[in-house]
Amino acid sequence: MLTTILTFISATIIQSIPLLYGSVGEIITEKSGNLNLGIPGIMYVGGISGIIGGYIYEHSTDNPNTFLLVIIPLLSSLIGSALLALIYSFLTITLRANQNVTGLALTTFGVGIGNFFGGSLLSLFGETGSISLIKTGLCYKASLPFASKLGLFGETFLSFGFLAYLAIIIALIASFVINKTRVGLNLRAVGENPATADAAGIDVIKYKYLATCIGGAIAGLGGLYFVMDYTGGAWTNNGFGDRGWLAVAIVIFAIWKPKSAILSSFLFGGLYIICVYIPGLSPAAKELIKMLPYLVTIIVLILISIRQKKENQPPQSLGLSYFREER
Amino acid sequence: MSKGTKHNHEPLIHITKRGNVSEGKAWGIRILSIVFSLLVCSVVIILLTHYNPIQVFKAMVTGNFGSLTKVRSLFQNLAMLLCISLAVTPAFKMKFWNLGAEGQVLVGGLASAACMFYIKDALPNAVLILIMLVTSVLAGIIWGVVPAVFKAKWNANETLFTLMMNYVAIQLVSFCIMYWVPSGSAVMGVINMKSQAGWLPNLFGQKYLINILIVALLTVVMYVYLKYSKQGYEITVVGESENTARYIGINVKKVIIRTMVLSGAMCGLAGFLLVSGTNHTITKETAGGMGFTAVMVSWLAKFNPAIMVLTSFLIVFLQKGAGEIATYCRLNESIADILTGIIIFFIIGSEFFINYKINFRSKHKEVK
Repeated sequence: MLTTILTFISATIIQSIPLLYGSVGEIITEKSGNLNLGIPGIMYVGGISGIIGGYIYEHSTDNPNTFLLVIIPLLSSLIGSALLALIYSFLTITLRANQNVTGLALTTFGVGIGNFFGGSLLSLFGETGSISLIKTGLCYKASLPFASKLGLFGETFLSFGFLAYLAIIIALIASFVINKTRVGLNLRAVGENPATADAAGIDVIKYKYLATCIGGAIAGLGGLYFVMDYTGGAWTNNGFGDRGWLAVAIVIFAIWKPKSAILSSFLFGGLYIICVYIPGLSPAAKELIKMLPYLVTIIVLILISIRQKKENQPPQSLGLSYFREER
Repeated sequence: MSKGTKHNHEPLIHITKRGNVSEGKAWGIRILSIVFSLLVCSVVIILLTHYNPIQVFKAMVTGNFGSLTKVRSLFQNLAMLLCISLAVTPAFKMKFWNLGAEGQVLVGGLASAACMFYIKDALPNAVLILIMLVTSVLAGIIWGVVPAVFKAKWNANETLFTLMMNYVAIQLVSFCIMYWVPSGSAVMGVINMKSQAGWLPNLFGQKYLINILIVALLTVVMYVYLKYSKQGYEITVVGESENTARYIGINVKKVIIRTMVLSGAMCGLAGFLLVSGTNHTITKETAGGMGFTAVMVSWLAKFNPAIMVLTSFLIVFLQKGAGEIATYCRLNESIADILTGIIIFFIIGSEFFINYKINFRSKHKEVK
């Protein structure tokens, strides 16, 4: 029984890491007033860019260097997802396009890029078979050397690759920056009321661009974690599933707070797989349990709008473009 | 200003809002942007496939018009995408971001499938189809009106609410399939294969013709409704400014709920057409992302049902054509999504040049 619970906890953590990256990235983006519905697409691109980077490196040398095996996919993933976020920023901030339409188009585009290159990368390079970067995957999966010696505790909490711990560190840093620093204050001001922020001398355009691109890059790491650590360097089309939308849901559930996003991600990650661990469930009931994350998100959304507590609201200008001369 | 400061402080680029742009000029800019986007798309295709553009274009045309089956499927897909786009349009015109079309279509389809599954051929076909139609529309309404009520009463964020409702619907469909097919294959299969109970009949021996005619009729009705009816006018006013609407005595809450009932009902109808008139089964993929594509189609057409026929044709043509290229070059068919994305980026970007004017700093300007 205890081992089942511990494997469940460890599986929950694995499931929750991509969600945590996605939701923290989206929180940073939304704090600047940009509702980036392209996050699911960005996460696909984050994954596939890492795969492409790793594939090119792994095939260019016979003796890959461990450090480069980690750093090349990491950088290409960051660049790929930040580029996608840059498209979104350019269209919505500079060209003032509608955020919902741009975001959905970005998701179509990003998922398309992920599945296209995932399905055609090998044939573009003149090979056959399916993508599997075993060496890179092993580097990403490498855990602390003493983790296995610490018994059950070590196996449950310390047996993950470095990206898992990075996710939590990024969430804590994001929380600190948003709530405790001048930059965070300015960012929140931009998201609440860009006109006022502008009048106070804050460079609204710069904040929106940076928040969206940094947020996108962080979300992309979720895709990278999924393809490198979770699947061990393999790509399956649509394998990432609807986790991107689940990350968007967590943003609401965590009421736009990165620190709460950590626990919310664990909760949603747990709900995502709990059906496997409850004995005697019919397949139909399992599908109903998978509905729970979305249902609780809707309930939270309803509760925060009914209670109207000021600190629990979405950023006030969320979803609106800002044009200085239109005030 | 003192004579000493001769610096020109005017920025290099200066953006102003245009007043009224003539329709012709606006469409000129849009068409130009589509041309540009097609150029970019061809560059992408050529880079990936090494075929020349004429070959690629030929493949796209064969993919769409190559045979009667292909033409039929082109018009069927066009009709379905157009139907869902029409459904979300009144809500968007009111600035209610109904991103839940996917879910509303799915529950509509699920209701139809449930009727087919449980009633089978116990009732005359006409009665069964009528029951399916009504339950589908009702299901769509329920899925659409719940977010609307919370929006109207408590101003809950409708974008996120409708988005979440999609996934509740998807899981509901998975649940029902698992419940109805206990074998665990998780595939519903064609319902009532032998009796064809609940299947929309073929008109003049043509598959899908009924779907296409219904959607054509809906397009005209929606055009008239939005442009000439009082309710259409109210929708426009609420969309432009809720405060103005309140000031001239429009009950904003009522308009929001009423419009979402309409939007949900039409999505439910689309679900009915997909299950009863097209697939005769239900899967998680029955709506196939069309609920999201419809958002873009409707927006690209500037909420005008007549132009929506063209924009949905553009998207469907592109997706079918890219699918053909993909099989032709043994590449993944997701290339269609990449191309769709590029074209939409260009068209949404072009709106900026319609609404705003870029003034460069003139060199000869005197500084006093």
